[in-house]
Amino acid sequence: MDALTLELFGGVLVLLGIASAVVRFLKRRVDLGLDPAIIETFRLRVWAWWLLFAPLVGALLAGAYLTFLLFFMISFWALREFITLTPTRPADHRALFWVFFACTPLQYLFLACADQPWFEQRLGITAYEIYSIFIPVYAFLLIPARIAFSGDSKRFLERTAKIQAGLLICVYCLSYAPALLTLKVASQEPRVAQRIDDTEQAEAASKAASEEVDSVADMMQMENLKDMAEAGLKRPYEPAGPKYRLLFFFVLIVQLADACQYVWSQIPSRHPIVPSISPARTWEGLLGSAASVTLIGAALSGVTPFHYWWQAAFASFVVSLTAFGGGLTMSAIKRDRGVKDYGTLIEGHGGVLDRIDSMCFSAPVFFHLTCFFLKWP
Amino acid sequence: METNIAAGILALIARFLSGASVRWIDCHPDPCQRVYFANHTSHLDAVVLWSALPPEVRSLTRPVAAKEYWMGGPIRRYLSREVFNALLIDRTEIKVHQSPVDLMIQQIGHQYSLIIFPEGGRSSGPDVGEFKSGLYYLSKKRPDLELIPVHIDNMNRILPRGEVLPVPMLTCVTFGPPMWLERKEPKVKFLQRAREAVLRLKET
Repeated sequence: MDALTLELFGGVLVLLGIASAVVRFLKRRVDLGLDPAIIETFRLRVWAWWLLFAPLVGALLAGAYLTFLLFFMISFWALREFITLTPTRPADHRALFWVFFACTPLQYLFLACADQPWFEQRLGITAYEIYSIFIPVYAFLLIPARIAFSGDSKRFLERTAKIQAGLLICVYCLSYAPALLTLKVASQEPRVAQRIDDTEQAEAASKAASEEVDSVADMMQMENLKDMAEAGLKRPYEPAGPKYRLLFFFVLIVQLADACQYVWSQIPSRHPIVPSISPARTWEGLLGSAASVTLIGAALSGVTPFHYWWQAAFASFVVSLTAFGGGLTMSAIKRDRGVKDYGTLIEGHGGVLDRIDSMCFSAPVFFHLTCFFLKWP
Repeated sequence: METNIAAGILALIARFLSGASVRWIDCHPDPCQRVYFANHTSHLDAVVLWSALPPEVRSLTRPVAAKEYWMGGPIRRYLSREVFNALLIDRTEIKVHQSPVDLMIQQIGHQYSLIIFPEGGRSSGPDVGEFKSGLYYLSKKRPDLELIPVHIDNMNRILPRGEVLPVPMLTCVTFGPPMWLERKEPKVKFLQRAREAVLRLKET
């Protein structure tokens, strides 16, 4: 792992540590007259960030496969929460079994195949061509067929659509976040750094050689070193760091978009966007979050593989909008089902789905935007 | 010792697979002698309820289960005998001189608690069926036992009747406030009251 990646991970973890310390300090100082409810919300937020970023950093440091596994587990748990809240009938049981134990793991398995050269060589198609259509086409068709096979036609289309929606949002859409690791990210900086390293080495070698050019052996050595340096230039070099930073950048921006929305919603002037669905989401929150996240994205553009700073800024801006859309959609579903939170993995924290709803909606958009920007002339 | 570890691991697996959130409403876990009575929709009910108890209470709690199911194979036999310490009732031949209630009272002594499902069999939907009279006779003979209503939500969706493979949905196990058989309370009224206590937990 290169220094920049470690700095990014470490920096975020240090910021989280500071946030935790601030929470402790605020909880002790009752005399400051702050609203205890706001401090409690802040504490839960920080705790939820720890739960998200600590495993993510651990998984990324351990490699792509562990990251796929981590996102698989998040998807699985989110889908559990989604289906638990969705009224199903006993006839859906077998279809649900396939959804949980075949479709969900297969999606991530196809994702893991993206880095395997044998996959493309043997099958003649890329993993992307499979994992991008597997759920929207094959799982989409399998679910109604399996339910119909069970012979219960009551509210058929409604039941089918709900299971399909759960699978699409919790598994398909979310899987585009770890799919960032399968992109061919042509990174500029490390290659330049390597080139400098190599030329320096060659220069040093040639200097050393020129100082004592009294033997043919030294001349030979110099030639060798030059060859090696040139070979180093030609070697295809695909470092993992930029991809990991890209995924981390994405997760960070989504979380910041959520947080900024909350913070900007606290200012006195409040104009709710859709009061019938979520009175807490205001125009101030949305615009404020879009502006702040765009600035943060531009500031952090150095860690991304984007060619220009405005690409990182624009991607962040789009993410702030999709994150808002995701949160709002999930609020609508929750409101319809008459619940406040999706699950109770940890008491008082809502569910996994409450934490990742914005990520589910942002991941595919960010993925395609990245593909587009990386090919930018 | 070995059984304790096996029980701990199994309880952990059951908790994870059922994703159970456990709520205690006006009631606290306590190792005193109790009868937990719950709605019954799935074979896994007993395991889920048992795993929802804290370890020190769990080791003193014996699920009452059907003999023909839990003697059905070597794994089930091992689990019911060694891990759950289940009290197996033979539903096919109930003798007059030794009714299931007598057997339960004899087996728990003054130490163990029980998990029972007063509906008798598994109901096929989410509705709670009428309670059978076992709970009444049990508390008539041992009025000192605390009766704890328990509602297990969603288990009928995890493993419905007639299905073999479970779907990992999230359950919720709710323990309610203890109740007792009132002095001279008629059987029908008591069973009605017990059933309503379970149903009430569903809404909270």
